[in-house]
Amino acid sequence: MSHLTLVIELTILVLAIFLGFEVISKVPTMLHTPLMSGTNFIHGIVVVGALLILGTADDTLLKIVGFVALVLATANVVGGWFVTDRMLEMFKRRPEPRAEEKRPQ
Amino acid sequence: MISDPNVTGLLYLATIVCFILALRFLSSPRHARRGNWIGGVGMLIAIGTTLLQEGISNWALIVVAAAIGTAIGVVGARRVKMTAMPQMVALFNGVGGGAAALVSLAEFHRLAPESGRLGGTEAVSIVLSALIGSISFAGSLVAFAKLQELIGGRPIVFPGQNVGNALVLTGAAALGIAAIAGAQGQWVIVLVILLSLLFGVLFVLPIGGADMPVVISLLNAFTGLAASATGFVLSNTVLIVSGMLVGASGTLLTLLMGKAMNRSVTNVLFGAFGQVQTGAGQARVDDGRTVRATTPEDVAVQLSFARRVVVVPGYGLAVAQAQHDVRQLAELLEEKGVDVLYAIHPVAGRMPGHMNVLLAEANVPYDQLKEMDEINSEFPQTDVALVIGANDVVNPAARSDPSSPIYGMPILDVDKAASVVVMKRSMAPGFAGIDNELFLEPRTTMLFGNAKDSVVKLIGAVKET
Repeated sequence: MSHLTLVIELTILVLAIFLGFEVISKVPTMLHTPLMSGTNFIHGIVVVGALLILGTADDTLLKIVGFVALVLATANVVGGWFVTDRMLEMFKRRPEPRAEEKRPQ
Repeated sequence: MISDPNVTGLLYLATIVCFILALRFLSSPRHARRGNWIGGVGMLIAIGTTLLQEGISNWALIVVAAAIGTAIGVVGARRVKMTAMPQMVALFNGVGGGAAALVSLAEFHRLAPESGRLGGTEAVSIVLSALIGSISFAGSLVAFAKLQELIGGRPIVFPGQNVGNALVLTGAAALGIAAIAGAQGQWVIVLVILLSLLFGVLFVLPIGGADMPVVISLLNAFTGLAASATGFVLSNTVLIVSGMLVGASGTLLTLLMGKAMNRSVTNVLFGAFGQVQTGAGQARVDDGRTVRATTPEDVAVQLSFARRVVVVPGYGLAVAQAQHDVRQLAELLEEKGVDVLYAIHPVAGRMPGHMNVLLAEANVPYDQLKEMDEINSEFPQTDVALVIGANDVVNPAARSDPSSPIYGMPILDVDKAASVVVMKRSMAPGFAGIDNELFLEPRTTMLFGNAKDSVVKLIGAVKET
């Protein structure tokens, strides 16, 4: 992807900023804690960087640094995702039987 | 094996789309979980694409590292209690920042074996990623330690702190600029990282435990920025975009939180709130009004014959682990035909939306939870407002007393309800250390005791009425 020039990358960056603001402003306060852990999961994408470093490491220092980076990044990805899923799983609507209770008897 | 860079780029684009959809689906609790799954698929695509790049080797190391990281992540995520969510987010955030800093260190090592070999873009990105990532790593770990009560939650302050911190940060930045200008010995970038780590620690130490969520959100944005900078180092769009999405969202959340607490983010970061406020409690003119204590039996009658009850949960409820009992009480009342709603202040709990998670854990349906703007107009038609373990977020001084430290903070207007029952351990003031006029109102009665015990007693009493 070296054919991407710096200007194009910066353009993408700026568009991502606006998109981030736009998407997040639609998230209700109710879901702000899952949002925080969900975005936490997303920045775990740095795992891609860690994989590229460790996968192409040819000297000991790079291997050590890449190894530690990959451990940390994987913990970020896996932990962030599971915690978010655990939280979101709990959000439930009012159960159906309640609607029946309200029926005139 | 993917040898065509266009294919790689398109697969990474698929990941970006998945991440954006994941955030988009978070706009409603009904689709939110599906969104997280889509995000997970996106992440797998990115990881798979990276592993299929030409020239990837060291498979054994990759597998071992990934296995260790996965184990840490799964165990951490499974074991954490919902009340401890803020520190868990801090921890996972910190490791991400650390990973970003390490990736930049490795890239520096790879690209610049001797001074002056690094181009401008790479140098700037590497320095930024190292600096921001390290601050996020160290800061998040201190935030974790404070919230987990491994170290005291009180602000740790000493004279000349802000100046000292500024010097450390300036030192790190100066070294970074030197590295960009061409002084590209390896020790330079290592020093940048060490100084940034030191700054991360120093910067979070003076911040009180209650302000920590704002810091965590900010550090979340930092890790996003660090990941994005790493993307520039590696010319990798998926890192640039995903990191920046997080950077933007973290920044916005931080600002929203500051607004809900009526404090500027600067004040949170440099004000050492707990310290300043202890002396600020206003001396109150004794006007002869007294607090009226009540009994669970009286409250049970009040609640059972109400048409609408609004429960205002605060952190005191979470501390006492009374969420399940509150839900049980609400169900009992609903069986008696009472309309029960929950009023959630934006900063109820320990971070925005935290109370919603805690109540969801207790199986309270989310459509019963009302946000502040939605519920405030309903209080005049409410018979009983039941305040459980909340204090500052219902203090009318925020509306009426310009000398109050919380003046201007948006609050829940419980004092507009026909009657207010405050369940509280004692008359001790809330976090902000100020008296609450609400407790002296003639319509207010106080039910003293541990929130859980009181709610359990209330359940018993309601069953008998």
